[in-house]
Amino acid sequence: MSDGRQLKDRIAIVGVGNTRYGNFPDTDDYGLGAHAFRSAIEDCGLAKDRIDGLLTCRVPYYARMGEILGLNPRWTAAMPAHGRMSGMAIIEAAAALDAGLCDYAALIYANIGRSRRVNYGGDESPGIWDPWGFTSPGAAHALMFQRHRALFGTSTRQLAEVSVAFRHHACLNPDAVMKQPITIDDHEAARPITEPLRLLDFCLINDGAVCIIMTTKERAKDLKKRPVMISGIGAREAYGTASIPNFDLNFWYDQMRDVGTQVYGMAGVAPADVDAFMCYDNFSPTVLFSLEGLGFCGQGEAGSFVEGGALKVGGRLPTNTDGGHLSNSYMQGWALNVEAVRQIRGECGARQVKDAEVVQYAGATPCCRSIIYTPG
Amino acid sequence: MSATAARPRPKIDPINRGFWENARAGILSVQTCDNCRDVHFPGSPVCPRCLSGDQSWTPVSGRGTLLSWVRFHRAYWDGFRAELPYLVCLVGLEEGPLLISNILETDPEKLVIGSPVEAVFETVDEELTLPKFRMRG
Repeated sequence: MSDGRQLKDRIAIVGVGNTRYGNFPDTDDYGLGAHAFRSAIEDCGLAKDRIDGLLTCRVPYYARMGEILGLNPRWTAAMPAHGRMSGMAIIEAAAALDAGLCDYAALIYANIGRSRRVNYGGDESPGIWDPWGFTSPGAAHALMFQRHRALFGTSTRQLAEVSVAFRHHACLNPDAVMKQPITIDDHEAARPITEPLRLLDFCLINDGAVCIIMTTKERAKDLKKRPVMISGIGAREAYGTASIPNFDLNFWYDQMRDVGTQVYGMAGVAPADVDAFMCYDNFSPTVLFSLEGLGFCGQGEAGSFVEGGALKVGGRLPTNTDGGHLSNSYMQGWALNVEAVRQIRGECGARQVKDAEVVQYAGATPCCRSIIYTPG
Repeated sequence: MSATAARPRPKIDPINRGFWENARAGILSVQTCDNCRDVHFPGSPVCPRCLSGDQSWTPVSGRGTLLSWVRFHRAYWDGFRAELPYLVCLVGLEEGPLLISNILETDPEKLVIGSPVEAVFETVDEELTLPKFRMRG
């Protein structure tokens, strides 16, 4: 079988930008996207008319985005609003750049879920299980965590470690939405939503946008900042139970094992070499599932792995150092990839991981993806 | 928002009609491929295994295993507000397919994952009967 190894260290992220995160009813997806784009262009120092590749995600109409930015690229891709798309989009753009379909790609993600009161359930997202009252991705994660508890003895206090560590990071991140520290007891006392999951296991819903600018290694040398290389990628889908959205009976373990084999093999590193981990965290349990699938610990062992603040900066595996979806911003993986770049650049201030050289993004979802970033 | 707010109903289409007609007769069924005998749920326009378009809704035992459960404390539909908190279960049928349904049990302590369950049928009205589950044995 062919693989993506020929892409190793050939494509770089050269510019990143984001809006503020919050509730912005006075603008829209395009306004937020344009702001993030401008910020990413300033970050890399590229003349904006050099952008000849455009990927949009959760933006209503890619061509309108191009019109607003004055771009007529020669490569366009549009991804739907699903969170799993960020890793997929970066890999697709890398392949397009390597194939010569474009020279400089701008990837723009925008989300107005907060100001437009998105609920992620009920009539907003009709499904076949509605007659039984089953809806919302948070309920699918509750089903998985409940099963993880039964099979492996994982406790809600262990699960709380995820939310507590990420909130700690958000308190170190001036851009983050959530600013109040929380404790394990706060997590235990939070109101249940889809039991056994509680409010503090759920991601935020906020407005904002992110832009990432990518190019080839050769072109990256001429830009403002040191490039961050894509050194490894891994991918595997889990479509076998797609009718139960956001669910896998075995916690995406097999898919993430496959992804781990690919991404570590391509980058030439092992989990123990990862300096910082950016983990898709729409709901806290998926962090446990990701750790297990990628081999940071054995299956069923993530509960004890995360104990004692292991995911905090200074801990065993600094994870979601920006605060993640749970406490920084619901940018559906996009802000996590930006954070990976900023960690490698050493731009993270109080939450900086010392000498961060191997930073991994991963998302355990029906489209499992991982990317390993290293300094260029 | 009223106590009598409607609950969501299944969207009946040519593929799933057999499932809901069987349910009205008190029969739990899964889609079975006439060609390779693969069984699956929900129904699909072709068999996911062999791509045959010839498929039938065939009765199953109604027996299965409780694989997980979740208790909803939030009403995503007004029609479920009066039921809060309510239980939703994930069942693995003896025949293989997974189903999401409700479990007729009020004490979560009794919902031991791995326990046997069996189908029961709740008549909603003349048009709709919902297959649900209860603990078995």
